[in-house]
Amino acid sequence: MYKLVLCWRYLQTRYIALASVISVTLGVATLIVVNSVMSGFTHEMQFRIHGILSDIVFDGHGLEGFADSQWHMQRIRQIAGDDIQAMTPTVHVPAMLNYRVGQRWVHRQVNFIGIDPATYSLVSDCADYLQHPKNRDAPSFQLRDGGYDVQDRELGEESPYRHGMEMAGWPHRRRIGAEEKAWVAAQKKNNPQLAVPERVGRADPFSGIATPLRAAESEAGVVQQWGPVSEDQVYDKATQQETGVIIGYALAQVLGREGDHYFLVLPGDDVKLTFPTAGTPPKAVSGSFTVVDFYQSKMSEYDSAFVFAPIEKLQEMRGMINPSTGVANVNSIQVKLREGADIEAVRDKLRAAFPPELYAISTWRDKQGPLLAAVQMETAILNILLFLIIAVAGFGILAIFFMIVVEKTKDIGILKSLGASGGGVMAIFLSYGLLLGSVGSGAGLVLGLLFVNNIDHVRRSVEWISGQPVFDPSIYYFQEIPTLVDPQMIVWVIMGAMAIAVIASVLPALRAARLHPVEALRYE
Amino acid sequence: MSDITSHASHERTASATGAVLSQNRPDLSCSAGYDHEPKSNTPVQISVRGLKKNYQRGSNVIPVLRGVDLDIREGEFVAIVGQSGCGKSTLLHILGTLDQPDAGEIVFSDQRIDNLAARKRDRLRNNTFGLIFQFYHLLPELNAEGNVLLPLMIGQGFFGYLSKRWAFRRRAAELLEKVHLSHRRKHKPRELSGGEMQRVAIARALVNGPQVLLADEPTGNLDRAAGQEIFEILRNLNATENLTIVMVTHDEKLAEQADRTVRLVEGRIE
Repeated sequence: MYKLVLCWRYLQTRYIALASVISVTLGVATLIVVNSVMSGFTHEMQFRIHGILSDIVFDGHGLEGFADSQWHMQRIRQIAGDDIQAMTPTVHVPAMLNYRVGQRWVHRQVNFIGIDPATYSLVSDCADYLQHPKNRDAPSFQLRDGGYDVQDRELGEESPYRHGMEMAGWPHRRRIGAEEKAWVAAQKKNNPQLAVPERVGRADPFSGIATPLRAAESEAGVVQQWGPVSEDQVYDKATQQETGVIIGYALAQVLGREGDHYFLVLPGDDVKLTFPTAGTPPKAVSGSFTVVDFYQSKMSEYDSAFVFAPIEKLQEMRGMINPSTGVANVNSIQVKLREGADIEAVRDKLRAAFPPELYAISTWRDKQGPLLAAVQMETAILNILLFLIIAVAGFGILAIFFMIVVEKTKDIGILKSLGASGGGVMAIFLSYGLLLGSVGSGAGLVLGLLFVNNIDHVRRSVEWISGQPVFDPSIYYFQEIPTLVDPQMIVWVIMGAMAIAVIASVLPALRAARLHPVEALRYE
Repeated sequence: MSDITSHASHERTASATGAVLSQNRPDLSCSAGYDHEPKSNTPVQISVRGLKKNYQRGSNVIPVLRGVDLDIREGEFVAIVGQSGCGKSTLLHILGTLDQPDAGEIVFSDQRIDNLAARKRDRLRNNTFGLIFQFYHLLPELNAEGNVLLPLMIGQGFFGYLSKRWAFRRRAAELLEKVHLSHRRKHKPRELSGGEMQRVAIARALVNGPQVLLADEPTGNLDRAAGQEIFEILRNLNATENLTIVMVTHDEKLAEQADRTVRLVEGRIE
């Protein structure tokens, strides 16, 4: 009983000891904040990645793909039928996106994906990331008649304004179509000899560059074989569109001075895509496409690389359809499992059934393994470093406890003269350490949770004071710093901090326990 | 402030001691200086034989006690006198099992206590011996009542103490009443005068109902009046509760008022 009474009294009267646990408080608070932010990021990232990628990706090696997706899907269903919710074939190909800004052409390296919009939206949340409300309900490659989001719909009013999006879609296309028509007419009037091609809208960007390869392609007739408008028809840009593509938001967007979003390309503009054919050796083909929507998953890796087009179009352009049978090749099959299915187990079943030299079968986690592992390692290292901070705080407690034991030497003598055992005296200082540890980590817990809950206020005030952006939403695509408080993590952190406080008090407590009562009483 | 209160309490105590005495032992006189009743007929309670104790100062061995033989009878009030450094306090500490002798033995109620295990010696100090010191040795964090309760807290387990805490508080209140400090119950030691602190220390020493009271110069740090008052309380306790008291002092006048005076010279009983 006296142990409790005394360590409680010491806690009330020894403020210097409270100062020593401030470092424990700060350490615990930092650990909680860092872990919450890191797991918030991880969770948010996983959520987004999982939304973009399907549960299991069934890949054929190489650009050529494998034939007959229907047969493969049947086979997959036979193997893991119970767990499968939906499947969709896709065609993946590295490509170059080209569009014109003013007088110059801009080229971007992209990941060109052919999808079946009806079934693709069943396996991933891709439709949720589109910028037109109707496309979110039912994605389509037809250009919409305006109504695109002028601000981020998740972030709402405060998010940066998207200049030009208010007129994106057909209104924008009609305007540029009319402008081009007027320009052609003016050119013709000024210089009747100049042969201005009728189909300005489909003007081949590379027509002026005469390369042998280019000539060969033209001879083979590959380039000109496709398009919704046949050669003899007059193509009117203001009323007609090319095959639609959905391009990644970051491919088109640039930041204005105020942080507003401007666009190099808007839905309604035409872009060129250049990509390899399926044959050997692969040849480059180019095609003209109309941007119909933006894809914004807020994972910059994907937003700056993905371009979606109808799968049939891609198969046709890349020569993936067997002319004799009419069966098309695909590069991969995206598999969506039902809720609660064991993704790894299904992957392993599929891996057992399909020869690995022909197919690469991986889960979304495997695909993002390095990224998730890197985040995990960062978290682990930060945890070790921060625990070292608390350990340093432990030495502070050790030093101050030694001082308190020296200061309390006489009291220890008194207690022993009244019959307190060495163990009892030791228990006073150990429980004092525990009490200080709990006070320190309790304060740290409160501080950490307050910080996490108000992290955006904190961020804003730090930005206001320093004038430097701490967290740039345009880099991370999160308007707010994501946080996730894991109760288990908190229990571990607090137990660790208290353990360090108790361990630091062991040596001083031992010294107190070993004091000789007569010597202690004589101590002045 | 403390001067005034201590002065006031001196006066109060002088009369109040008499009151307590008259309640408990109406046949005894109220005045200072009791009739000495040599307690030669009671059994020997503490028997010290050939007690030796050396102190190590660097490489020098300094003998403090060089073979002390002493018998203390039940209910006896023994004063140990001697010059500074003659080993009075060491002898008292060894009697109180705070220290252990290098040679010799101490028998208390037919049991050797100088070589007991640490745990048993702790128990003994807690509930058989009561100790009083020159510098009071109260814990500054606790108030008077807390200091008096301390041996009970130490002796009882957590739940044992909690279940009996009201009885214990009553006991502490009684003892503080007995030393005329009821009005100082909630005061911290630093708010008390020397005499008051020593009275709290006496109450603390008595709270577990000890058989022997060991007092190490209890009046050494007090003026004559306050010292006399403390001595009166001890004398009274000896008389009313038949408490064995061993008091170390260098005040010959006080020592004379004890049942027996033992003179310690250079580590031996003279």
